[in-house]
Parts: sequence; structure tokens; C-alpha cells
Amino acid sequence: MAEQAQHSTNRRDFIFVATGAVGAVGAAAVVWPLINQLNPDASTLALASIEFDLSAIPEGQSVTITWRGLPVFVRHRTQAEIDEARAVQIADLKDPQTDEERTKPDHAQWLIMVANCTHLGCVPLGQSGDFDGWFCPCHGSHYDTSGRIRQGPAPTNLVVPPYEFISDTLVQIG
Amino acid sequence: MSEHSYVPGTAAEKWLDDRLPVARFAKEHLMDFPTPKNLNYWWTFGAILVMCLAVQIVTGIILAMHYTPNVAMAFDSVEHIRRDVNGGRIIQATHAVGASMFFLALYVHIFRNLFFGSYKAPREILYIIGVIIFILTMATAFMGYVLPWGQMSFWGATVITNIFSAIPVVGESVLQLLRGGFAVGNPTLNRFFSLHYLLPFVIAALVALHIWALHVPGNNNPIGVDVKSTRDTVPFHPYYTMKDLFAMVLFMIPFAWFIFFAPDILGHPDNYIQANSQVTPAHIVPEWYLLPFYTILRAIDFNVLFINSQLGGVIAMALSMIALLVVPWLDTAKVRSGLFRPVFKWFYLLFLINFIGLTYLGAQPAEGIYVVLAKVCTAYYFIHFFVVLPVLSRIEKPLPLPTSISENVLGKAHA
Repeated sequence: MAEQAQHSTNRRDFIFVATGAVGAVGAAAVVWPLINQLNPDASTLALASIEFDLSAIPEGQSVTITWRGLPVFVRHRTQAEIDEARAVQIADLKDPQTDEERTKPDHAQWLIMVANCTHLGCVPLGQSGDFDGWFCPCHGSHYDTSGRIRQGPAPTNLVVPPYEFISDTLVQIG
Repeated sequence: MSEHSYVPGTAAEKWLDDRLPVARFAKEHLMDFPTPKNLNYWWTFGAILVMCLAVQIVTGIILAMHYTPNVAMAFDSVEHIRRDVNGGRIIQATHAVGASMFFLALYVHIFRNLFFGSYKAPREILYIIGVIIFILTMATAFMGYVLPWGQMSFWGATVITNIFSAIPVVGESVLQLLRGGFAVGNPTLNRFFSLHYLLPFVIAALVALHIWALHVPGNNNPIGVDVKSTRDTVPFHPYYTMKDLFAMVLFMIPFAWFIFFAPDILGHPDNYIQANSQVTPAHIVPEWYLLPFYTILRAIDFNVLFINSQLGGVIAMALSMIALLVVPWLDTAKVRSGLFRPVFKWFYLLFLINFIGLTYLGAQPAEGIYVVLAKVCTAYYFIHFFVVLPVLSRIEKPLPLPTSISENVLGKAHA
């Protein structure tokens, strides 16, 4: 035994480590699909892109639509709301972003964003709160008329989903 | 122990004892186990909790026979249980009220432990298993509350799973992995049902470990002085089996009152509206037993250095549970029982009031004075664990301890 211990490595050690390594890789290969099945499935992913017709929404109104199972606000803003959003000093913001960055050029009246508060996911109430935008009743986050976080626990602005205007009244979200 | 040790009475018992000594085990651990003779009624909550777990498992298995875990049918299937299934009204009410009674007993059990210093050496492992059971029970109860698929179910699930999105970098991926979609939906409901069925059995296994860990050092007791001789103890049966049974009967009285006369009073009316992903209830309130930790979660509404407010809240909530896990190393005072710690006693009372305050604040809207109070109570929760307990352990002068349990018991009788 004492003699064996002096050999730093031998074939047996190599086989031991190699077996262990192959076993670990094998175990990981088995575990991964067992975890991956929890990820969004094909039927969920199939709903990833939608088209929406804006023409029915009059100025000053908004609708909530569903995209990927998430509620999405589509708001037809008034000129006063746009002016209010653009008058804000960027330095005052918790998550600095200009109103222009959150809307599409020539379509400033349309504000499209995921309707889940960035704090813990509640749907904020429209046209309320201290900044005339949205107010989340769950934990008291206030958003302005551009959907930017102004006060409360939410860390970031309401998320603008990827979207583009196909025509003046038709948008594709996702 | 030796005078009570198990002697097989018949040849059949001898035969079994040589192969699987279950009867010996039961006699030594469920009947003869030497238990301090001065345990008060606060010590009956362990047995009450075992009863609560059994009630939840039995009623839960029955409910699963009638419940449908699908977003289109879950809400209706719960109503079906309440209206159509034979005795379903009572069985469903027992399960729903049972969750609240379970937590009532859990909180009493935990606060008994914190007052009498039961977490101190040599019972740290026993205590830590207990805290893990507490956390798992909260997870199980939360997932169970999602199953009826009402508005509070849905939005509670949304808010709580969103906690994981606070994890830096991988948060969003983890969130989708947990929900099985971009929002809480059918995959979420299905997996919560699966786990809600599984976890109680994991808890039952941990309860077995908890009792095993209890039977190594034996029970703590109200004066916190170690058992020194057989004069300090009585056998568990019949002394504590009867005391525990009596306490269980008393506990069943309010339990039954809720089931029969006010089965919905502990729930939230919004949960009788079917889940709607487009509308959030005016204010989301978790079940009462989660409120203290919910208050801590939302008390952090400001950024701390590079940690944003959302992650900050999550860290604070996680810390509030880690604080419980490490209590044995925060409170290093040699004296266990709060009865002999004149200063600790008052801080304990303050902590208890503060904890009730956290519970109350969790149910209030996040505005005005409530926001400030939530921050104060959250701060005090941590101050108690990380400042008061370590400092008191060093500076407090405890009262003289009785030399033994039997002397203490007899002394009281003569006085």
C-alpha cells in the first residue's frame, strides 16, 4: 500500500477520473431535457407575432390587447400628453429615455407597450397617478404619459415591445 | 430508559423484532421517550402541526380527485367541488381553512422556539430543518392558492414568479422557465399542481428528520435547563400524548368554526372572480400568512448603489429568511429561556409586535404613512436579528437559573 501511494498517478486513477467525467456528462445530458421541458413550448412560441389595426382607436383612448399572453397597451395619445412627455428633463428620470426613443417617428401619437409593471408584473391603471400616465395599484409605481417610471419601486420604464408600422393604421407586434 | 426498554411479549413479536424492530422503535420513541416534565401548552404545537399536515394531505388527495388543472376548467372545477361533490363543500373548506390554521400553528411554534431559545446548541440542526419546513410550506401554500385560478391566484402567481426576474442577467430566462411561457398561463397552472401535490410529501419526510433531530438531544423546556436525571422527565406516553391530544381538540374548535360558519372569511373576494390576464385587482394581497415577508419585499422601493429597487426587495426578503436560519449563531447567550433574560424579554415582545405590524402593513395599500411604517418595521426586523441579539448576548446579565427541572417544578408547587 505504502509503495502504491508513492506513485503520483497510475492507470487506475486515470480510469477513475475518466469514468467520473463521462458519468457527469451523461447525467447532465439526462437532466437537461428534464429541465428544458419547463421552457415555453412550441404552441406558446407560435403566438410570438401579431398584427393589429389601429384605426378604430380615437384620440385619447387606449385598448389592451394580448401578445404572447401578455397584455399590451395601445394608446392614442393627445397632443397635450405628447407635449407633457417631451417637456420632461431627461436628468429627472430613473431610467433615462426620451419620448422619441419610445415611439416611432411620425407616429408619436401611438404609444405601444407591454402592460406589465416592471416591478412585479401587475397591469397599471391608465390615466392615473401623479404623472398623468399610469399608476400600478400593487406597489405604487407611477408612470408618465410616455410610460416612463417616475416614482415607486419599479426599476425601469414600461417595456416597448418590438413593433413596426406596416401602414399608417396597421402595426405588427413581435 | 433502561427500565422501560422493550421486551417482546410473544414469539411472534420476538420474530418480528429480530427482523424489523418497528415495535421496539415505536415503544422507545413514541411511548417511553423521556420528556421534560415541565413542558407547557406552547409545546403542544409540534403535535398540532403534524395533525395539520395530515389534514392537508388527506383533504388534498381527495380534492385532486375532483379538480381539473387547466386554465379553462380549474375555476369551474373548484366551484363544482363546492356545489356538486358529496361533502365537497366541507372538504374544500377544510383544505382552504386548514392552510390558515397550519400557518397559525407554525407561527406559534416558531415564536415559542424564539422565546425559549430552543434553537441553541445542541438543537441547531433541528431548528434549521424547521425553518426549511417553514419555507417549503410557504411555497406549497402559495402554489395551492394559484390552483383555484381566481384573480388573486393569477396575480399572486404573476407577482411572485416575477420576483425571479430580478436575478441579474439570467432573470428573464429563469422567469420563462418557471412559467413555461411569456406570462403565467396553462403550463404554469399544470406545474404548480404537480408540485403542490409533491411538496407535502417532501415536507412529511423533513418532519420525520425534524423529529429524529429532536430525539437526539431531547426536548428543550420552558426554563431551558438541561435534563439532569430521570427525576426531570416523564415518559412521552401517556403524559404528553394526552396533553397533545387535548390541545389538538382545543385547536379543532376554532378550526371547525371557520369550516362550518365562515369558510371564506380568510380568503379574498377577488379570488371568486375567474383569472383575467388583462385586469389587475385594485390591490393585490397575498394570503395573510405571507404578508410579513411581502411587506419586506415591497418596503425596498429605492435603489441601493448598483442594486435596483426590485432586486433590493428580493434580497431583503431572502435575507429575512436567512436571518431565521442563522439565529443560533446570532444569539450566543448561554441562557436559553427568555424567562431568565430580563432585557431580551422586552426586545422579544417588541419583535413580536413588529412582526404583527409587518403582517398588518402587508395588507395595506402602498401609499402614504404605510410606506414609511413598512420601512421602519422592515428595518427593525433586521435590527433585531443582526444588532439586538448579538449585542444582548454580550451585555445582558441573566437571572439565576434553577439547578434542575425537578427543583423548579417542586419549588413552584411549594410557593
